[in-house]
Amino acid sequence: MIGAYEITLVAVVSINLMLALGLNLITGFCGQVSLGHAAFFGTGAYAAALVAASGMPLVAVIAFAGLMASLIGLLVGFTSLRVREDFLAITTMGVGFVFVGFVRKQGWLGAEMGLTDIPDHGLGDLGFIGLCVLLVIAMAALTAHIKNSWLGFGFAAVAEDEATAKTLGIDAARYKLVAFVIGTFLAGVAGAVYAYFTRFIIPGAFGFTISISILSMVIVGGVGSIWGVVVASIVLTLLPEFSRVINDYKLLLYGGLIVLTMRFAPEGLAGLARRWRTRRKPAGEP
Amino acid sequence: MLHVELVLQGLINGSMYAVVAVGLTMIYGLLRILHVAHAGLFTLGAYITVLVANATGSLPLGIALAMIAVGLGGMLIYRLLYEPLLDRPPYVALIASIGLFICMEESYRIIFGPYGSSFDAMRLTQRLTIGPIGLAAADAAMLVGAIVLLTGLGLIMKRTRFGVAWRATVTDPAMARSFGIDTIRVRYVNFFIASVFAAAAGSLVAVLNNLVEPTMGSVPSYKSLAIIVLGGLGQVGGTLAAALLLGVIEAYGTIYAGAWLDRDAIAFIFLIAVLMVRPQGLFAKS
Repeated sequence: MIGAYEITLVAVVSINLMLALGLNLITGFCGQVSLGHAAFFGTGAYAAALVAASGMPLVAVIAFAGLMASLIGLLVGFTSLRVREDFLAITTMGVGFVFVGFVRKQGWLGAEMGLTDIPDHGLGDLGFIGLCVLLVIAMAALTAHIKNSWLGFGFAAVAEDEATAKTLGIDAARYKLVAFVIGTFLAGVAGAVYAYFTRFIIPGAFGFTISISILSMVIVGGVGSIWGVVVASIVLTLLPEFSRVINDYKLLLYGGLIVLTMRFAPEGLAGLARRWRTRRKPAGEP
Repeated sequence: MLHVELVLQGLINGSMYAVVAVGLTMIYGLLRILHVAHAGLFTLGAYITVLVANATGSLPLGIALAMIAVGLGGMLIYRLLYEPLLDRPPYVALIASIGLFICMEESYRIIFGPYGSSFDAMRLTQRLTIGPIGLAAADAAMLVGAIVLLTGLGLIMKRTRFGVAWRATVTDPAMARSFGIDTIRVRYVNFFIASVFAAAAGSLVAVLNNLVEPTMGSVPSYKSLAIIVLGGLGQVGGTLAAALLLGVIEAYGTIYAGAWLDRDAIAFIFLIAVLMVRPQGLFAKS
């Protein structure tokens, strides 16, 4: 029997999965570190809340939210043409702070009180869960497809060594922009789902800690690895739910895992699994 | 009169930013690490000051102990976290540092409680009047403290053997080593001094607000990243100018731009604008 609690769990896990898959595309595939993913999530949520009130159908609302987020994503993507690595990280972090600082003061976005009375999605509980799962599967499939396409090879080349990629005639700027556009589109869709799910949104829900939580899922899973990121997102989202103690110390857990992963296993779960496999299969054996 | 008050308030805040950011820029200049957890040390310094001052009744003893303990803490962070990450891309240390900072904030919340602590007896509550300007004694202490600390740092950098070794190592580590400078020791002393400054800033803020909270480091942490970028990374003079300028701009911004942007976002608007136009920083030389 599926109760309200299980529905909440599925919805929250799905939203985090969508966010992590999108960030994995930007940071994992294309190597552009972003510390402001929550800003795109928030853009999608606010865009969805605004147009849903005008009676637009569900699918159109979700698509609109994704497009608005990827429009902002394209703008932010242009900064990645100008600054790199740690500078890009603090620029995107700045975008996150500016987003929250801007929304907080806008009367038409509800300021501190946020937007309420977001209309019902009209799918029923099971329908909504179905939509969440469907979106996650579609996004996982999309990113898996991209990873093995020419687009994905281009991303990998840019992530590995941008200068060399340029020498080989790869238009690094275009690949970076495409990565931002697709990755932030996914975040915008996650925002729309979030808006329909909670039916009220406040600026605080899209702050820096959310960006860091999503980043910790990508890093712990292993940047670039789809299954690693999926496993890490599910585990890190559910772990605080199983135990009150872990929930109280959720941020401590996320922060600690980021430190430990960066320090001891920079390739995350995926890297650990790879290392374990190669150890079991000694060199020389096919 | 409004302008005098605004500039003064801006300089007081700016001098706090300056004392925090100068340590960050020293660390960046030497090792290219964006040390977000620096602000965690700032909070730790504030807590030690309040706890020791309340236990012994002596504020100077509290400040002195905080500076020494936090200085050692900074060296420990370098040894355990950053040293093993030095040959990895710079964003690795940045992300690890953010993770560590979140852990520190959460640990303070768990250990010292979420509501913060105060001095048993209010310190420096008199009001000074200098000509037409009225000023709380704690504000004056902040300004004077910052001037003393920064002058002291200037003297260390210009006059002592460590200062010469530091500047040599920043300019050309290999050459410095071949001239017999122990560059490893320079790093440790660098972290010690920078952390001592963070602790001193924490103590001054504790006196200024008569309150220390687990999250008091959040604002200085990310904002001082913006400051050191604006100041031209690794440039001590530029960092001081940027810190004071930002303090004044924020004081004006809250009056004139407060209706559409929150105070903490102002620093990042500047950060993003400067990075887009002059990626090498506002006051950088080349």
